[in-house]
Amino acid sequence: MDDVLKEYSKQLPIKIIDEVKKSVPKNVSKSKLKEIMENILEEYKSMKVAFGESVGLISAESIGEPGTQMTLNTFHFAGVSEMNVTMGLPRIIEILDCSKSLSTPMMEIYLTSPLNKGKGIKEYAEKIKETTLGECIKEVSVNLGNSTIEVETDDNKMNILKITKNKIIKIVNTSLKGYTVKESGNLIILKPRGKEDTVNNLFKTKEKIKSIYVSGIKGITQVLPVKKGEEYVIVTAGTNLKEVLGMEGVDSSRSFSNDIREINSILGIEAARQSILNEVTKVIDVQGLNVDVRHIMLVADTMSISGLVKGITRYGVVSEKSSVLARASFETPLRHVINASISGEKDELNSVVENVMLNQVIPVGSGVPKLVVRKE
Amino acid sequence: MATPKFDVTKHILVPKHTIISERERKQVLEKYNITYKELPKILVNDSAIKHLKPKVGDIVKIVRASLTAGETIYYRGVINA
Repeated sequence: MDDVLKEYSKQLPIKIIDEVKKSVPKNVSKSKLKEIMENILEEYKSMKVAFGESVGLISAESIGEPGTQMTLNTFHFAGVSEMNVTMGLPRIIEILDCSKSLSTPMMEIYLTSPLNKGKGIKEYAEKIKETTLGECIKEVSVNLGNSTIEVETDDNKMNILKITKNKIIKIVNTSLKGYTVKESGNLIILKPRGKEDTVNNLFKTKEKIKSIYVSGIKGITQVLPVKKGEEYVIVTAGTNLKEVLGMEGVDSSRSFSNDIREINSILGIEAARQSILNEVTKVIDVQGLNVDVRHIMLVADTMSISGLVKGITRYGVVSEKSSVLARASFETPLRHVINASISGEKDELNSVVENVMLNQVIPVGSGVPKLVVRKE
Repeated sequence: MATPKFDVTKHILVPKHTIISERERKQVLEKYNITYKELPKILVNDSAIKHLKPKVGDIVKIVRASLTAGETIYYRGVINA
């Protein structure tokens, strides 16, 4: 049986062959199987997209129509209401435009054993979260009499983060210039070096202290351990894929971010393409709509064809078009026409839009083949 | 970019990349009836092929997991960043 199937492995996708393997009885004769395979092959060939079919247009319709039914701005709450994620149409636009700054950057961090069973996950999550000094102190006050700043630390929080007072003093010392930092009792006292500081400056520093970076991964503002199926994962707001994947305890083969540009720079163009596919499918599934993956695949392929992720905008995919008229028909027509005339661009009229404009046969379907006369 | 501490190629989003031989290269271009320039592109310094030490002008074969076909083969030409 395997021999016969192997013959067809070049012409048929693996998925179809696997399906045949599953559904055909084990004791099928060779000639019968061959007959089946021939029929399948014929059926498969007839199902292929015909040459000259305008697949892009069909994709646009197939994604666009459900888009009109999408809720305009829904927020999906991941576990707790504290964290919300952009979903629905705004998210689709964000992905396809390949925006630089996402409205809700997010990561899903998978963990290795024993963390994925939920053991010590809370402490671990705290370790990932970016913590500023403002979060590990109870109070900051300005002592006007001595013109010093007094910081009262929050021991509970420091225990969770496993930070000592000495470390905090060190951190403050390196990031604040012109102050001597000393510990006295349960307070940390900052004293301006040299002559006394003005009151105004003292208050300014007081605010500055709160935003000093203490621990965690930069860019991650919220963490949330969530149970997903059998295991626990950490969902974060804010992304920093590079740092997180390098961390111990993180399953670096499955954790991912929802920022496609970031994935492109860290995991490469193919990963970015796959993640465009995943992210769009996710949004469409949540909305309860049904779009064939092939359409999304086409979009993802178009966006990643140049080796860089390009959005479907006038700066991205559209700017790659060779025809001036096609570019001008999308957005900002004047700019394109003027630039083309300055550089003396030539339009070969090879594509669809420009030929529609000029009332000519478009190269789609039966318009593709051309008649060529051989000169003797 | 500093070398990351993790293995990029092991990530589930990253399919298998290989640089194809000269002979295979001819076959590919012949099969699709295209020139090298018409292939989809991949940057030389793309994280997923860095370990293969590609040169500009190579063709990278990518075996993707596909929802519709189970497995698909895709080719990308290596270009300068």
